Amino acid sequence: MARYLFIIFASVFFCVDPAYAQTTPEEYRAREIGAQLRCVVCQNQSIEESDAQLAEDMRLVVREQVEAGASNEAVIAYMRNNYGDYVLLKPPVQANTYVLWFLPFALALFGLLWFGLRSKRKSQFVETQAALSAEDQAILDDLMREDT
Amino acid sequence: MNLRGLIPLAGFFVLVGFLAFSLTRDPSILPSELIDKPFPEFELANLAETDTLDASLLEGKVSLVNVFGSWCVACTVEHPQLMALKDETDLQLVGVDWRDTRENANRWLVRHGNPYDVVVFDPHSKLIVPLGITGAPETFVVDRSGQIRYKHIGVITPEIWDDTLRPLVESLQAVQ
Repeated sequence: MARYLFIIFASVFFCVDPAYAQTTPEEYRAREIGAQLRCVVCQNQSIEESDAQLAEDMRLVVREQVEAGASNEAVIAYMRNNYGDYVLLKPPVQANTYVLWFLPFALALFGLLWFGLRSKRKSQFVETQAALSAEDQAILDDLMREDT
Repeated sequence: MNLRGLIPLAGFFVLVGFLAFSLTRDPSILPSELIDKPFPEFELANLAETDTLDASLLEGKVSLVNVFGSWCVACTVEHPQLMALKDETDLQLVGVDWRDTRENANRWLVRHGNPYDVVVFDPHSKLIVPLGITGAPETFVVDRSGQIRYKHIGVITPEIWDDTLRPLVESLQAVQ
């Protein structure tokens, strides 16, 4: 009995996704490319994830070009040429995206600098407060004695 | 008065400024990468299935290439404008019938009228992806040498024709 159950479960396991079992190197590469390309009508899905018809057509174009032997870079460059930078899910580092890429680091650096300067100034303030002249110390001592 | 407390408020307003600017921009309108580039090469049958068409059909004439489909609701809104253009101008009107069946497209053109001099039948987006199209209707203005000069996304309203497309088309037609 246990053996039959094992066979049934094992066969289910092997049947889950025949598409994966048959993944050719070309198909693997097409998926890799597709995952980097934005479905231009859904705006936040890759063409591999999207069910939109245009995404389906773009997937076909990617597969056609991969079959024809185009490199990953060549297919992505082709799509970028047609649809612009927008089709790339990961924005390229170039003049008009420097703000996007580097502003967070610049802000973090600025924040740290500001914090550093501020705490330095505060500690200087405390030091000057602590250094009372002998005269002032005498007055202060008098006042303290009067109180008690 | 200590103005340093206002720094966060100023930062807030800068942020609001950027956000307000972004709200005025339509994210579905992508800039066309194809302006001033040659019309992409293609080889597709015409709608009547009597002929094979390629990019050479755009040579020598100023053309309006209009992407449509019988499934496209906005295209029916645009259609009367194209019918008017057919009578008013000597432009070459090229239709690209996208993701359609011949049967539906023919029925649609009989029902609404056929403004096109020639219709490219593209059921599998063979020309659509090279053109960088995201939806119908979209219209390209192509000059005599086969270069794309302008892309309009959405319906061609009478205002858009009068203010933008007509001046461009006339200036292109003036160049021999």
